[in-house]
Amino acid sequence: MNIVVDLNRCQGYAQCAFLAPRVFTMHGEEALSYAPAVPEDQQEHVLRAAAACPVQAILVGEEAGADAG
Amino acid sequence: MQGEPREGRIVVVGASLAGLRAAEALRDAGFVGSLTLIGEEPQPPYDRPPLSKQVLLGKVSADRTGLPQRRRVDAQWRLGVRAIGLDPIGKEVLLADGEKVPFDRLLIATGTRARPWPKPAEATLDGVFTLRTGEDAGRLAERLDAGPERVLVIGAGFTGSEIASACRERGLAVTVAERGPAPLVGALGGTLGALAAKLQRAHGVDLRCGVTVTELEGDGRLTGARFSDGSRIDADVAVVALGAVRNTEWLAESGLAAGPRGVTCDAGCRAFDMYGIVTDDVFAAGDVARFPHPLFEYQLLSLEHWGNAVAQAEVAAHNMVNPGPRRRPHLTVPAFWSSQFGLNIKSVGVPTFSDQVVIAQGSLKDARLVAVYGYRGRVTAAVSVNQAKALEYYERLIETAAPFPPAPGAADRIESPVPVPSDVPDPKTLSHGPTVALTGHLPDRRLTLVQPAR
Ligand SMILES: Cc1cc2nc3c(=O)[nH]c(=O)nc-3n(C[C@H](O)[C@H](O)[C@H](O)COP(=O)(O)OP(=O)(O)OC[C@H]3O[C@@H](n4cnc5c(N)ncnc54)[C@H](O)[C@@H]3O)c2cc1C
Ligand code: SF4
Repeated sequence: MNIVVDLNRCQGYAQCAFLAPRVFTMHGEEALSYAPAVPEDQQEHVLRAAAACPVQAILVGEEAGADAG
Repeated sequence: MQGEPREGRIVVVGASLAGLRAAEALRDAGFVGSLTLIGEEPQPPYDRPPLSKQVLLGKVSADRTGLPQRRRVDAQWRLGVRAIGLDPIGKEVLLADGEKVPFDRLLIATGTRARPWPKPAEATLDGVFTLRTGEDAGRLAERLDAGPERVLVIGAGFTGSEIASACRERGLAVTVAERGPAPLVGALGGTLGALAAKLQRAHGVDLRCGVTVTELEGDGRLTGARFSDGSRIDADVAVVALGAVRNTEWLAESGLAAGPRGVTCDAGCRAFDMYGIVTDDVFAAGDVARFPHPLFEYQLLSLEHWGNAVAQAEVAAHNMVNPGPRRRPHLTVPAFWSSQFGLNIKSVGVPTFSDQVVIAQGSLKDARLVAVYGYRGRVTAAVSVNQAKALEYYERLIETAAPFPPAPGAADRIESPVPVPSDVPDPKTLSHGPTVALTGHLPDRRLTLVQPAR
């Protein structure tokens, strides 16, 4: 599972950092930093964070082009 | 467009952010035909913004920034092969491996690449890097891990400044060289440029403005650099952050209006041919596109912004599978973010399209503020520093061409309520080129902009 955060939309509410601290962290006061490739054991937390984000800035999906060959 | 727009063959050249988002949007819009994505890089689409941030900080490895897919795109992926030509009559894309890929409609999403150091012998010294691809970021992060004595960053645009920030956060000695008067000045103008300069110095960056690097020294390995003011430094790593070059060479014989400034298209993402006639089967989106924007006097804009690649790709995809009257224009207000030296910088509108700027909220002193930009009495842009929540409000002012200066907000005390000149320099005085290229005139000076030929 991979994620990308639309940081134009993100308002730095830090909801996600609270719900999945191993994937989302605040960098400084306002800037969000995250790990794009989500570790297996964090997937549940990330899904919860994506649902809780007040501006729906977190996009979750399988890595694109996984079917490429 | 012939036949049923939801059928046929669509080819997308450029398998990165814009290409992927377009492919998803095509399937969302009901396209059931064959879809081929051609990408020069061997790896599937990945995200670039983390490369100069998380990856250089060593928090995420460079091969782990893959983009998630919103839905299945059922595409044929042709990765690791470059498109080298376009036959507009036979409607085929020519690939470097000799293959020809036929299409009914084509999307050009080939983006940009890093502008290399102009002297090839110096550019190939061990220790000299550029940063555009995941591979670049991986190699540079590895070198930073090894603990170089000093890193030289050439060019203080967004990429250069983020690299300098990551190096300082790692505790590495950094020199930044910028031809212009301050970092970020090409994108944000004089007031915030001065703030950026102060911040870099406060974080221990050896910042040198108004100078150029004249020589990278070394014998096989980089050892140092000389500057136009006669000074020199020892450095074992140099990152060339001189801005981007649009990937349009492969279109040279295509008859399209494609050149160093990008592929010119209309507001519906349809490419123009070299006579200014709009095509109806070739579209462009993302960093490679150049399009007219009504909020900025219909000047042609090229935006090197993540959000633009996403929004424009979605409009292009919609228009590729919908007949004329159902087509949509790409009118999104430009927006981008950057994080550096512990600050979150966000921008809406086009700050370089301005004659004046005012600090509308917060203060430079606290490095927490909103700067609002105006052109001839209307609001054209706003930039926040650690004050992102306020931006939405200003975005609406830009969309509605609200009067500048804006009425004072109730929430905050204001340091300087008086507008000052926005001091947007002529791009020719910058090392790196702006990340927004207005290819008409600089609004406050009525100059015709010609990108420096390098
Ligand atoms: C280090 C870095 C940091 C950034 N940070 C930010 C940020 O903080 N905020 C922000 O808003 N934006 C940022 N950006 C900009 C953002 O990443 C770009 O706007 C975005 O990637 C544009 O997407 P694109 O698909 O148009 O082009 P690209 O991502 O450039 O993709 C183009 C693709 O086309 C391929 N290609 C090129 N020529 C050919 C050919 N002839 N045949 C086949 N394939 C070809 C390339 O290999 C590439 O994969 C950053 C960019 C970089 C490099
Ligand atoms: S919850 Fe959403 S808005 Fe808040 S920091 Fe996370 S991504 Fe940003």
